[in-house]
Formats: sequence, C-alpha cells, structure tokens
Amino acid sequence: MSGLEFFVGHYAYWFVVALLVLGLYGMIVKRNFVKKLIGMTIFQVAVIIFFISSAVKKGATIPIADKAVGTAESGLYVNPLQHTLMLTAIVVGVATAGVGYALLVTIFRRFRTLNEPELMERMRREREAAEKQGNDA
Amino acid sequence: MITPYFVIIPLAAAFLIPLVSKRKTGPAVLLSLASTFALVVLSGYAFFGRSGETLVYRMSGWKLPVGINLVQDAFSSFMLVMVSLIALTSLVFSPRYIDRLGGDAKYYSLFMVLVAGMNGVVVTGDLFNLFVFMEIAILAALALVAYGGRAHEFEAAFKYAVMASVSASLILIGIAVAYSATSSLGLATISRGLERQSPILVLWVGGLFMAGFGLKTAAMPFHAWLPDAHSSAPAPISAMLSGVLIKALGVYVLIRFFYNVLGAPPLFLQIFLVLGAVSIILGVLLAIGQWDIKRLLAYHSISQIGYILLAMGLDTTLGMIGAVYHMLNHAVFKSLLFYNAGALETALGTRDLREMGNVSKLLPVTSGTSLIASLSISGVPPFNGFFSKLVIIIAAVQAGQPLFAFVAVVGSLLTLASFLKVQKFGLRGGRPVERLIGEVDGGMKTAMILLAALCLVTSLLIVPGIRETTIDPVVKVIMEKTGHAQIVLEK
Repeated sequence: MSGLEFFVGHYAYWFVVALLVLGLYGMIVKRNFVKKLIGMTIFQVAVIIFFISSAVKKGATIPIADKAVGTAESGLYVNPLQHTLMLTAIVVGVATAGVGYALLVTIFRRFRTLNEPELMERMRREREAAEKQGNDA
Repeated sequence: MITPYFVIIPLAAAFLIPLVSKRKTGPAVLLSLASTFALVVLSGYAFFGRSGETLVYRMSGWKLPVGINLVQDAFSSFMLVMVSLIALTSLVFSPRYIDRLGGDAKYYSLFMVLVAGMNGVVVTGDLFNLFVFMEIAILAALALVAYGGRAHEFEAAFKYAVMASVSASLILIGIAVAYSATSSLGLATISRGLERQSPILVLWVGGLFMAGFGLKTAAMPFHAWLPDAHSSAPAPISAMLSGVLIKALGVYVLIRFFYNVLGAPPLFLQIFLVLGAVSIILGVLLAIGQWDIKRLLAYHSISQIGYILLAMGLDTTLGMIGAVYHMLNHAVFKSLLFYNAGALETALGTRDLREMGNVSKLLPVTSGTSLIASLSISGVPPFNGFFSKLVIIIAAVQAGQPLFAFVAVVGSLLTLASFLKVQKFGLRGGRPVERLIGEVDGGMKTAMILLAALCLVTSLLIVPGIRETTIDPVVKVIMEKTGHAQIVLEK
C-alpha cells in the first residue's frame, strides 16, 4: 500500500486526530474558561466519532432482522453496540459540560470575568482584602 | 446474591434523601448513616464470610460475551470494606461541619451518589460499565468540591472537571481500541482476547489506560489538579477524595487492569516503579513548602500514592502485600488527618499553619489523634504506616531494586520532617490559643477517635495469622493475573 492510499484510506482517523489536537489546543492554550470548555467538548466529540467509526461496515444494513437479508450471516448487519455505548457517553459528556457551565456561571456572577489571568488576580486581591479585614478585627 | 446491593443501597438512599427531608437535615443524616452502616455490615460479611470466593452476578441472566456482569472477589470486597468504613466516619464527622457551610440535604444525597459510583467501579466486571460508574462518582465529587460555595472552590472544581473529562476521554479511546480488537467489553473476555493480539496493540491499550487512570490516581506527571481540588473541598469530602476516591477510581483499576487483564506486562510495571518513586520524592518535597494544612495533606496524598504504585510495580507477592496494605493504611490515616484539619478549621477559623498555635489544652482529642495520624503517615512504630512501609521497603530490596527501597526510606524521612512542621506550628508549638471561635462537636470527636483506633488496629494485620485471612486472599486474587479471567468465565 502506497503512502497516499494509506493516508486516504484512514481519513476518518486523521479527522479524529485533527479534532483531538484542536480540543487539546483549546484546553491548554486558551485563557478564557468558556473556550477551555469548548475545547473539552471538541475533545469528547472526537472520541465519540472515533468509537462510532469502528462500527462502519460497507454494504451492511441496519441491525433489525430483515427477511430479505436473513439472519444466518451476521456480517450483513451493522454492529449497533458502539452506537448505544456512545449514546451513554454523550449523556455523560453533556452532564460534565453542564456541571462545567454551571460552575462558570457562578464564577462569572461573582467576578464578572472568565479570563484566567484576570480572575486569578481578582481572587488574589480578594483574599488579601479578607486577610487585612481579619487582622483589623 | 449480595453484589448488586452495593450499588443499589447507596443509589436508593441518594434518591430517597431529597424526598424525606425538605428543610431539616435530620432525616437525611439518619438515612445516609443507616445505609452506609448497612454497607459496612454487608461488605464485612462479603470480605470475612465469603472470603476467597469469586461471586459473579449476571445482569438479566445474560452470559459473559453478551451480558454485563458484576464480579466480586476478595480484592473487590476489600475495597468495599475500605470505602464503606471511610464513608461511615466521614458521615459521622459531617453534620456540624456541613451546617456551618449552610448545609442542606443535597450534600447527603450527593455523598451517597459518590459512594454508589465508587462501589460500582469496584464490583463491575465490564469495562464500559466501569466507565459509567466512574463518571457518576466524578460528577458527584465535582459538585461536592464546590459545595462550600466560595469562588476559589468553584475554580478548583472547574479545573477538576476539565482534567477528569480529559482522563475520561483517554479511557474511552482505550475502550474503543480494546473493543475493536476483542469485540467484547467484559474484563475477563478482553483478557482472553488480548492474549491473541499483537504486543503493539496491548501497548496501545495499556498506554491509554495508564494515562487515563493515572490522571485519576494523580501520580506525579498527572497530579496538577489534586492539590486544588482536595484542599478546596469540605473536610469530610477531602477525606473521601484523598482517602478512597483516588484509590477506588485510580489504583484499584490500575491493579485490576494491568494484573488481571493484561497479566502484568514488565514494561508497564517498570513505568509504575519510576512514577511511584518520582511521586514519593516530589510529592513530599512540594508538601514541606506548604503552609495551608489541607494543601500540605493533599501533596502528601501524591507522595503516599507513589508508595502504592512503587510496590505494585515490583511484581512480587510481598510487594503486592505492601501495596494492598498501604492502600488501607493510607485511607485510614489520611482521612483522619483531613478530619483533624477540618476540626482545626472549625475551631480556629483558619487553615494557615502560621496562624495556629498550641491547642493541646483546648482541643485534646484533635491534637491527640492528629499526633497518632502524623506518626502513622511518617512510618513510626507501632502505628500502621510503619509496617506497610517496612513491607514495601523489604519487598523492593528482595526484588533486587535497592535504589527504589532507598527512595522509599528517604520519602518516609521527609514525610516525618513535614509532619513535625505541622505539629510544631499547628498544634503544639507557639503561643497557646486562648479562645476558640467554633466548637468541635461529638460527631467530629467520634469520627477522629474511631480512625485513631483503626490506626492501631490495622497494624495488627501484619501478624501472620491475621494476615492469612485478610490480606493474603486479596493478594492471591491479584497475583493469579490472567488466570483470574478463567475463574470468572467458568462461573
């Protein structure tokens, strides 16, 4: 197999790898918490696409017993397990993202910013103010 | 069959708690205490009564390649005993502490979800099921870390959420690779399937799981989230996170996967040795520099987890005895130390060691139990930490790894140094504290005394006669390696 064929033949994997890199980039480099969370979601979606891509079968039909196809040859049906697993994984992912956004909303209400360096600075200032107050009292 | 009840009881309690208690927390406390107590009794029965047996529960009666099964052997039962014991003391400690944070019944509900998730991870025999239980535990833990409601707690919980989801995604890729190669999700069938696959594939699966569960374990290169998350949580939750969560979700799964599924591949065990040694030294060095008592304890968790990883990387029976024993001991004394920190925070209103003083007169129980816990974690006889560290060091020497034995000794000495600092600044040295701003109530004292007693009781496990009925069956399950899959499949 030539290099080009290898590259084209695995296009789904390259797409997944690109998404994974994009998600990681968002989580590590971006300074805004919402952008970090978007990066996290892209990362999760890439994994889900990777899982689903392993279920692809050329020329197979949906996994419902069909008289015209018969049940003797299971290879004529697509494996439904990956899809059901990923339904669960999507629900889990939504839950994590939901908790993440809920936390961000609370942080934003308190500090009016979601920029990481700015937030750190404000939290530090607030802590110092609290300590000063404690000393006065 | 008792296995499913370890998940059903806490999950049912979690859903009942909001129903029975709207405003008052009384019924919630009672219900959660009762269900955790039931778990302690059940897991004690499973561990001592059915020891050495492997119980397999098939959901809806489907056999393994098709169905999902729960597998409970001595190792699972051992973890269940540990989780329920620490959960019980944590709940005994909680009521007053949580009231101070403006507590409501939600706390107890989330707590029970956390316990259900951990128990689920420990008893499941299915890889995807394990993933789901893990996420249940993590989501509950996230909410509990942010429970105090202060801004930096939300920030720590957010950081934890991102790290947890990265690790979950890595694990999911690992599951995808394992499923593609073996067309099954049961741990036992994966183990049989991977034996026939190329070593490169095993390397892929192992690497992904190592990174994923390594993040949960918080061994050294993966540790960044732990100090923030564990020190921001309320004290009883810190005790649960440091005491059992990183073990049930991290170390347990690593041992189960690399020994019982992959059959202890030497390359990965070498990596565990190195990770363990690095964690021991760097964790404790970072801990010494801390002034916030809970951050200091959190860094010590990294260091102590290093001991467990080092011992499991030795691949000898004695090393595994050390790993399992240290896991239990660390759960006991680290939880106790976090309770001490919580009691000090309640009584003095600060977590900064520099602002504390001599409290041995005013808080005799707290300072006494914290002395016991500090001596245990530093490895001073006759407390439990001494014996498990001794076993690990002897095992390292016997396995022909004197360098790692030396690392373990140095780590232990540095631990002693950092806890001398805690005792000197936090509890015994300095000017005496004149008045307390909060009261350490009976529940807190009971929890601390209970665990301090356990620090002494668990050191009895080293006595050969007792060890044969407690730790040896656990180690036997682990050292069966892939033979364990055969036992599960035959059931």
